[in-house]
Amino acid sequence: MTGVRVLVGTRKGAFVLTSDGKRERWDVSGPHFSGWEVYHVTGSPADPDRVYAAPSGGWFGQVVQRSDDGGVTWSAVGNEFVYEGVPGTHQWYDGTPHPWEFARVWHLEPALNDPDTVYAGVEDAALFRSADGGRTWQELPGLREHGSGPQWQPGAGGMCLHTIVLDPRDPARMHVAISAAGVFRTDDAGKTWRATNRGLQSDGIPDPDAEVGHCVHNLAMHPSRPDVLFMQKHWDVMRSDDAGDTWHDVGGNLPSDFGFPIAVHAHEPETVYVVPITSDSEHFPPEGKLRVYRSRTGGNEWEALTNGLPQQHCYLNVLRDAMAVDSLDDCGVYFGTTGGQVYASSDAGNNWAPIVRDLPAVLSVEVQTIP
Amino acid sequence: MSDPITVTAPVRIKLPAHLRKLAQVDGEVTVDLTGPATLRMALDALERTYPVLRGTIRDHSTQRRRAFVRYFACEQDISHDSPDDPLPERVAAGSEPLLIVGAMAGG
Repeated sequence: MTGVRVLVGTRKGAFVLTSDGKRERWDVSGPHFSGWEVYHVTGSPADPDRVYAAPSGGWFGQVVQRSDDGGVTWSAVGNEFVYEGVPGTHQWYDGTPHPWEFARVWHLEPALNDPDTVYAGVEDAALFRSADGGRTWQELPGLREHGSGPQWQPGAGGMCLHTIVLDPRDPARMHVAISAAGVFRTDDAGKTWRATNRGLQSDGIPDPDAEVGHCVHNLAMHPSRPDVLFMQKHWDVMRSDDAGDTWHDVGGNLPSDFGFPIAVHAHEPETVYVVPITSDSEHFPPEGKLRVYRSRTGGNEWEALTNGLPQQHCYLNVLRDAMAVDSLDDCGVYFGTTGGQVYASSDAGNNWAPIVRDLPAVLSVEVQTIP
Repeated sequence: MSDPITVTAPVRIKLPAHLRKLAQVDGEVTVDLTGPATLRMALDALERTYPVLRGTIRDHSTQRRRAFVRYFACEQDISHDSPDDPLPERVAAGSEPLLIVGAMAGG
């Protein structure tokens, strides 16, 4: 029977939330890897039983866990992420050169057609790939060796590669986003990369039009239109119609264009979701009202979605990897909060209800639509 | 410093809870050393027996102790000793465990 599986990473473990196609009653399992910070949990598009998770922690470092039964049982796989060659330096917060050091995995992106191939975006920013189901990892060093690498600086959360978008039309093309360097695109399966930040403007850097240095928070693409990309930047909601070659602002009437996640409706490529946050120093919704904003016009014109969401005294955040959609006929939209709620809408955002209310702070939400 | 003794008994190691769960063990583990009874040899043997622990106690590349991990033996903190120093005799003889401890930190 058709259903959905919501994969949730939190500050203290992972949770798997499952429901049938009605999405009214939910089973909650977890915590898996209790006590570990789980930055990301995600499933393979090629095999929904294959799920990867990235628990890490200050004490014992990084672990990668793999499930072959949809998140019921797990096995630790490879956790050795070694930069190719001599990794060199990037800029530290004070502007001095700082050696590249592996800290953690932020994001896992399984390949579209092979459950054993998975990409990992890590801190300090680099892209790794495994072709054996996570047992071994090899860096794609062309990204880190991009000529601008020594100029990259960490954002407040560290210098992390947090977003990986695969082009379903062309397996050699992918986009990644790094805080605070910006967006990079490869057209040759990761051998070479170019910065694709033209049109981004960031007041926090000396040259607001610089090639790199932009704090990109998240990217989203609809698979039917892979040249159209949407971006939630530190400030600004942006759109590209040429695969990142140029960007333009589509923040329009948003109450704030600061935020973290961005997502696209499963069946309507011009329908986009963001969660506005007050500012970079006030990581909570404007006016204490938790509102998802939806544009049905590919940006610029946005409507607030509030039914079922707290409209007073709400001071939590929704992090960059914590919003996702399912692909049922009535597109479901899901997001998790730093307050531990996971909200779901089974009607494209018109109405919301919490699946769970009291998890640890949610770091990531991904959704699998189960055939 | 005296030369490390070669072990004839298995070395007992007590892991912190997170690593016991990761290694899927309860209580203490015992490992057989293949050389002198040093911390390095004990950790090598531990990781050989439980490969899932590689990288969780020592950095994969540098083999340095992770910052929030400590090694205790016979009521002494030996975290800052050379990993090639001999383990205390009672640990080498298997009558006391080597304790691998997660530092009291974090939330």
